Amino acid sequence: MTVTVLLFASYAEAVGRSSISIEMETGATVRDVIDEVRRIGNSTRLPPAPMVAVNEQYASRDRELRQGDEVALIPPVAGG
Amino acid sequence: MYCAIVDHPIDVTAIVERVSRPANGATVLFLGNVREVNEGRSVSGIEYTGYRSMAERELASIVEEAAALGDTNDVAVEHRLGELCVGECSVAIAVGHPHRGRAFETARYVIEELKRRVPIWKREHYIDGTREWVSATTQPSEQLADIGDER
Repeated sequence: MTVTVLLFASYAEAVGRSSISIEMETGATVRDVIDEVRRIGNSTRLPPAPMVAVNEQYASRDRELRQGDEVALIPPVAGG
Repeated sequence: MYCAIVDHPIDVTAIVERVSRPANGATVLFLGNVREVNEGRSVSGIEYTGYRSMAERELASIVEEAAALGDTNDVAVEHRLGELCVGECSVAIAVGHPHRGRAFETARYVIEELKRRVPIWKREHYIDGTREWVSATTQPSEQLADIGDER
């Protein structure tokens, strides 16, 4: 299945991209996607357990993903 | 209730007007502005970016929660994105209520939750020409993940 990963702010800089489309096996979780992005990005600047949103809602790293899900890695937010 | 993520300067008067009604004996207005010094460094400006669609959604949830909490529909919020100079307004929150206590509490709820949950980031530009992403002071990531699971 294909999932889209969105990266923002410092994480986008760390990986050098703001969006990545990746192929994952059925049953893959958010945690698996994070590991894959860290491998692709070859980046130690991306933490192993960032905050995550799936389809625009905060989600846990155990969340099982489906085809077409949009997974966003959320750096510490700093609005206001 | 009203909330928006905008790319233009915030019209503070217009935000206040959105919550003004004869029934409201109290109006509270909170403005967040770009500060000239942060952690001892002289700031020339701040660049705000966001996960816009989620930020709009999360902000809308916060406004609904605040309205329920404060027992008022007169809650209006705008957050600006883009490059802001020192002194410019990045966020405006207005709450109207018959009484001041609830108006203050409701406005406080909105700004605290906004800072905790809305996916917006800022990169400070310093007088010396350097720039850095600003880290939040607290980041209850597990707590937010739990919120995600409950929804």
